[in-house]
Amino acid sequence: MKHIKTLNTRLGCGECQTC
Amino acid sequence: MIHRYQNNGYNIVMDIDSGAVHVTDEVTYDAIPLFEEGKTKSEIEKILQDKYSLEEIDEAIGEITSLKEAGSLFTEDEYREFVMDFKKRKTVVKALCLHIAHDCNLACRYCFAEEGEYHGRRALMSFDVGKRALDFLIENSGNRVNLEVDFFGGEPLMNVEVVKQLVEYGRSREQECNKKFRFTLTTNGVLLNDEIMEFANREMANVVMSLDGRPEVNDKMRPFRNGRGSYDVIVPKFLKFAKMREELGLSYYVRGTFTHENLDFSKDILHYADLGFKEISIEPVVASPDEPYAIKEEDLPKILEEYDKLAVELLKRKKEGRGVDFFHFMIDLEQGPCVIKRLSGCGSGTEYLAVTPWGDFYPCHQFVGNEDFLLGNVYEGIQNTKVRDEFKLCNVYAKPKCRECFARYYCSGGCAANAYQFHGSITDAYDIGCEMQKKRIECAIMMKAAEA
Repeated sequence: MKHIKTLNTRLGCGECQTC
Repeated sequence: MIHRYQNNGYNIVMDIDSGAVHVTDEVTYDAIPLFEEGKTKSEIEKILQDKYSLEEIDEAIGEITSLKEAGSLFTEDEYREFVMDFKKRKTVVKALCLHIAHDCNLACRYCFAEEGEYHGRRALMSFDVGKRALDFLIENSGNRVNLEVDFFGGEPLMNVEVVKQLVEYGRSREQECNKKFRFTLTTNGVLLNDEIMEFANREMANVVMSLDGRPEVNDKMRPFRNGRGSYDVIVPKFLKFAKMREELGLSYYVRGTFTHENLDFSKDILHYADLGFKEISIEPVVASPDEPYAIKEEDLPKILEEYDKLAVELLKRKKEGRGVDFFHFMIDLEQGPCVIKRLSGCGSGTEYLAVTPWGDFYPCHQFVGNEDFLLGNVYEGIQNTKVRDEFKLCNVYAKPKCRECFARYYCSGGCAANAYQFHGSITDAYDIGCEMQKKRIECAIMMKAAEA
């Protein structure tokens, strides 16, 4: 790609942190 | 949905529903909205030909087309139904904010807890109430393994012996119940000593240290009850604590609040950094508009400019090898939270509850003291299922202002308590907060572009 650079190559188990 | 913006010399295009983020040149940046409007190739050529060569325009259109075909531009939202299905599932509780003390040794001017008392009586949580809260959490957490307990106040160190007893009790039940407690502590630092720091370094996964930045700013907003400033008392302790935790590889945040009275808050953030703190956060005050320190709509241009200025300065410092982590500029474009987490937000009122010293449940610490939001108590469980179910359905798609917002996968719909305070509804959104959040996301992504 000459004109566009994509920053990311990579879009509820409830185990992550929960305001 | 596409969101494009220019910041610090970068042309950034966010494809909202895929999460893909692109940095483009000028011709592509100009062509993308025309493409989005459904213009044909010849129409786009005609519109842009005075500014760019036909070859450039055609190349840009070719790249836009291939990204669209690859599913990272102009993608469709496919999560609306998904999140509603998710909400039909059984509610489990996995995090508690334990109000271990409704009392405080400071008298911060903006405190929503009113010198720690939360519109009510001064009180300390007993071990029995805390133990029952932990039992409730274990019993109501379903198959969740990782449980979280934040020791909060008021000032939790005013009841530190009960904190220690509850940590010991929680640890004693982990193995038999197949649970892991993640304890955290939020403190104003006044009562910190070596023994408490060592205890916290053994048991607390994260510690939040409250400090408002420059001495004159902190001491104006965070005085002792006799009016004396707190900066000189707490900063040496916080610096020692932070250094200990860094050496042990443990997390902490020094966290402040900025108000209408220090709209040049980037100086406070840089003051933290110059003191030697590495993990930094500062939040805008949320206050009734008639308070002299409340942030007003007319303050927004200055605030947004401060975030831009801060992002550029933090990039510069990182390049010089003296970077710090500013909470709101940290973003993970490769993974981040899962889609459900992004759309359902903080979990207040369902997965996450606040517990008063006498054992009452509220959706979160900011609702404590408002009887309309009393959910139940540690002895009888959740009784007000009507309010709980309102929170259960409180996701990005339940909020008209969020549905079409570019920031929805990054902000998760904002704070229900702030929305209620300003609009009387948990499914509304606090508009001033939204504008700041959007700017912080734009800055965070710009920093990623600069580092790419």
